[in-house]
Amino acid sequence: MTTADLLGKIIQVVAALAAFSLVIGLVLFLIDKAPKRGRDYWQLAFFLLPALILLAVGLIYPAFRTSLLAFSNSSGEWVGGENFVWMFTQPAALITLGNTVIWVVVVPILSTAIGLAYALFIDKSRGEKYFKALVFMPMAISFVGAGIIWRFVYDYKSGDSAQIGLLNQILVWFGAEPVQWLQTSPINTFLLIVVMIWIQTGFAMVICSAAIKGVPTEQIEAAQLDGTNPWQRFTNVTLPGIRGSLVVVITTISIATLKVFDIVRTMTAGNFDTSVIANEMYTQAFRAGEQGRGAALAIVLFLLVLPIVIYNVRVLRQQREIR
Amino acid sequence: MSVKQHRRLLVPVAAAAVMGLALAGCTGDIAAQTAEDTDCAAYTDYGTFEGSPEVTIGGTIQDDEADRLVKSWADFQACTGITVNYTGTKEFEAQIAVLAEGGSAPDIGIIPQPGLFNKLADAGFLKAAPAAVEANVDEWWSADWKGYGTAADGTFYAAPLMASVKGYVWYSPSEFKEKGYEIPTSLDEMMDLTAQIASDGTVPWCAGVGSGDATGWPGTDWVEDYVLRQAGAETYDKWVTHEIPFNDPAIVTAFNSVGDILKNPEYVNAGLGDVSSIISTEFGDAGLPVLDGTCALHHQASFYEGFWKNADGSDATVAPDGDVYAFLLPPAESGGEQAVTGGGELVSAFAESDEITAVLSYLSSDTWANNRVALKGVISANTGLDASLASSDILKQSVEILQDPNTVFRFDGSDLMPGAVGTDSFWKGIVSWLSGDDTQKVVDTIESSWPKS
Amino acid sequence: MSDNVVDLPIPGTAKGKADSTAEVVGKASRVKRRLTSRTATAVALVIAVLWTLPTFGLFISSFRPAGLISTTGWWTIFQNPGFTLANYQEVLFSTSQSSPQLGAYFVNSLAIAIPATLFPLVIAAMAAYAFAWIKFKWSGALFVLIFALQIVPLQLALIPLLQMFTQFLRPGQIWIHELIPMIPEQGYLPVWIAHTIFALPLAIFLLHNFISEIPGEVIEAARVDGASHGQVFFRIVLPLAVPALASFAIFQFLWVWNDLLVALIFSGGTQDVAPLTQRLAELTGTRGQDWQRLTAAAFVSLVVPLIVFFSLQRYFVRGLLAGSTKG
Repeated sequence: MTTADLLGKIIQVVAALAAFSLVIGLVLFLIDKAPKRGRDYWQLAFFLLPALILLAVGLIYPAFRTSLLAFSNSSGEWVGGENFVWMFTQPAALITLGNTVIWVVVVPILSTAIGLAYALFIDKSRGEKYFKALVFMPMAISFVGAGIIWRFVYDYKSGDSAQIGLLNQILVWFGAEPVQWLQTSPINTFLLIVVMIWIQTGFAMVICSAAIKGVPTEQIEAAQLDGTNPWQRFTNVTLPGIRGSLVVVITTISIATLKVFDIVRTMTAGNFDTSVIANEMYTQAFRAGEQGRGAALAIVLFLLVLPIVIYNVRVLRQQREIR
Repeated sequence: MSVKQHRRLLVPVAAAAVMGLALAGCTGDIAAQTAEDTDCAAYTDYGTFEGSPEVTIGGTIQDDEADRLVKSWADFQACTGITVNYTGTKEFEAQIAVLAEGGSAPDIGIIPQPGLFNKLADAGFLKAAPAAVEANVDEWWSADWKGYGTAADGTFYAAPLMASVKGYVWYSPSEFKEKGYEIPTSLDEMMDLTAQIASDGTVPWCAGVGSGDATGWPGTDWVEDYVLRQAGAETYDKWVTHEIPFNDPAIVTAFNSVGDILKNPEYVNAGLGDVSSIISTEFGDAGLPVLDGTCALHHQASFYEGFWKNADGSDATVAPDGDVYAFLLPPAESGGEQAVTGGGELVSAFAESDEITAVLSYLSSDTWANNRVALKGVISANTGLDASLASSDILKQSVEILQDPNTVFRFDGSDLMPGAVGTDSFWKGIVSWLSGDDTQKVVDTIESSWPKS
Repeated sequence: MSDNVVDLPIPGTAKGKADSTAEVVGKASRVKRRLTSRTATAVALVIAVLWTLPTFGLFISSFRPAGLISTTGWWTIFQNPGFTLANYQEVLFSTSQSSPQLGAYFVNSLAIAIPATLFPLVIAAMAAYAFAWIKFKWSGALFVLIFALQIVPLQLALIPLLQMFTQFLRPGQIWIHELIPMIPEQGYLPVWIAHTIFALPLAIFLLHNFISEIPGEVIEAARVDGASHGQVFFRIVLPLAVPALASFAIFQFLWVWNDLLVALIFSGGTQDVAPLTQRLAELTGTRGQDWQRLTAAAFVSLVVPLIVFFSLQRYFVRGLLAGSTKG
């Protein structure tokens, strides 16, 4: 890299930020100067359009194309429902589906519960920042790094040689035989889930913490004056106050869990009955070059999200009614 | 937002920027090599180009090997005035189709396996090889190799680049000498040797198929080697093109013969555990027990040469009289024809221009092969290659095998099969087979995953 | 929702008695509070330790020589001493012609991550405001659609987007390159746009939740005073949503920072644009034989997200909404 390159890069970033602020500034200026008639609609348009245009181009249109792909084979010929038939007739189909359901039930609940408890317990404590950083760190470590971290936990060496996996070492200390954790079904699925929980708890903790701090202090103080105990204050004041955020956290983690494939791919490659739909999708679409199969799996994933979407619609309705 | 908050936001951004700049301070401007200080005699055929046109190349080769690759065309750049920009990533295989379809593929791709090449050619992303390239390939490469760069429609698209030989069996020369073991000349002799080593009290073989998301591939190499040697090249070709099904009896036989070693608890897994430990052992670590004598034999390609490290981290000597050396997996019958599996890269263009043609012809020439091999670590099947340039005994031996007109060379079978098999169900099949599933069930499952079309 | 049984005054109790009970309750609850806070602290400590231990193992390993890492556990560091900075040295300073010094990649990663965090933040905040506080037909349906887009796998959206960039964005980039030669043809622009698009569904969903919880009276009052939506957004909504903005910014920054896929596809992977993650992936060697370098690499790339995390912590402030509601 030469000095000129560096300068070029800085110019790019500064120019982009300047251009962006200019555009946003202009949009907001136009919003204020919008004609009186139908003003609300103009304002609405300016607030929404940037996001809508980007989404239409970058996600809605590709999603539409993907759904078409699901009905063709790797050379682009129309094959009707063949990809779906393939999906449900392969020997491991049910196991993969079952695993996906286990993941999407266990991960959001546990990571949110632990993240929320942690956020509450360290709230207002001394060194809160640093406590938070500890649980946040797994999120910030790249997947490659996480893979190695967990290798040092789950690794197996046969009885007589030295263990480098912590879990087996603990077994050995207690006089037990080491276990091939990642090859033993069904415990291996849960061990992979532990990795995902380890990562996602940081997310839950940060969002919950921001929400807890948004609960008006007066309310808590008032409840305190009423002589309530901490658990009551939590269920009566804090919990209702952060309910919206909890729904957001659980939803987000559920969707992230449905989509995650890196953990399975790097740790077991989907062997030993650990595969999940997202991993199959990635393998088919990118490793095997079977775009059609990949797209069909993507559609199934989308269907699995529907219950989550419906739940959120109901929450949204309730919110609007309250207001 | 208040001004104060703005300033607060600026601090971390500025801190990060300063850090980046500090690191960037370590960067330097490298002076470009010029034509004046280079001997350009070998490069006059490629012409000279005004205004330093740029040719981009993408591939999977990276780090030190990428350095040597870049170095191999340094003189070419200086003499012709073409700037070659190479980018290597591990993700190349997964991404090249996306890039090509999105219209932003590099000018030239170094494609690491024929299966991917066929896919790209069939999709119409590749440009037919220029006449000069085809002439080079006709002159310097065998018909087998040219065939790998020719698509189903008969058009020749891609010249081979480098090559590797698979199916070596690594052993400790000193141990063999001490115990009086002979290098086997047939597969049966190898089984006898295995039994002998076992009866001498050593577990003969060590193996490991662990490789992250590609776990299982070292096992596919075993099966391919056996299919080629036991059933012959013709059956091998039919197998990879699906003219015979994956669960054909010939394939079952090969699996079972491999199983006689890998699934026999008395023959594996020296120093590493029982049969199931083959799956959890990383292929990179699997051979190392050969060095301390706990294991006698290890099956792995020639590239494994770079993996032999003593416990203290120093490199082990790889030589006929060193710490470790290798013999080629023998033919089925003693004195039978020498058949080897191997791998290699194919070079093809996604765009057309005079400078791209120049680069392609250079890469397919014997000049390039000799330049690159002289920089160490790799070999090529280019017949114009001077075998003595190869940097080690194993590589010299590999070059001789590749250049021997009597050698039957076949590409790694899983690279030739459709991705759904070659990079997925075959790997997974090996894993379930090693964890106890019987051969018939495994080959049936793999057969059912073969895409219909 | 639970009913507030405890808060209800008990009817018919004598005033004096009530006072004394309050005292007793007060004392009891103080003791209880101390106890609960002690258990809470203990639980928090346990979680902190459990979550940090695996990473700590990696940290120890990053200072051990390759041979020891793969033969002995990191907890045996005292029995099998061996300390080396080689892993870090290789990650930080090993260079080659094909992959230049780490500095270049650091600059690229920052240059990608900063705009790719700010752009979606602003655009999503505006959209979230519109969904929360401007009434219009179909707003609910549109919001749900956007939220459901989260599930679209990134990998399947790459090709169409790339085609559009090649067709429409590329000529613009070439024009800029000719205007200012310092800016390479393969600039950051496509990477920024791609990251922005992929971040929007989650960002809108997340920010909408916080922005819609701002008490309606605050916004109504401003609107009655004649403030336009633009003014309300800037003067009231943004400052009140700061903790939410900060938390999203942290995550978006670190997702972009740790991303390899989007950067590789949309930057073409050339050195002008390639981020740190690409270099780190390369360090393992062509066949993954040097994976021990990743132990150090993980910590090198962790530093910047942690800086961002700590510096955005100050925005997690309590009581922004204080006084705005009656409680």
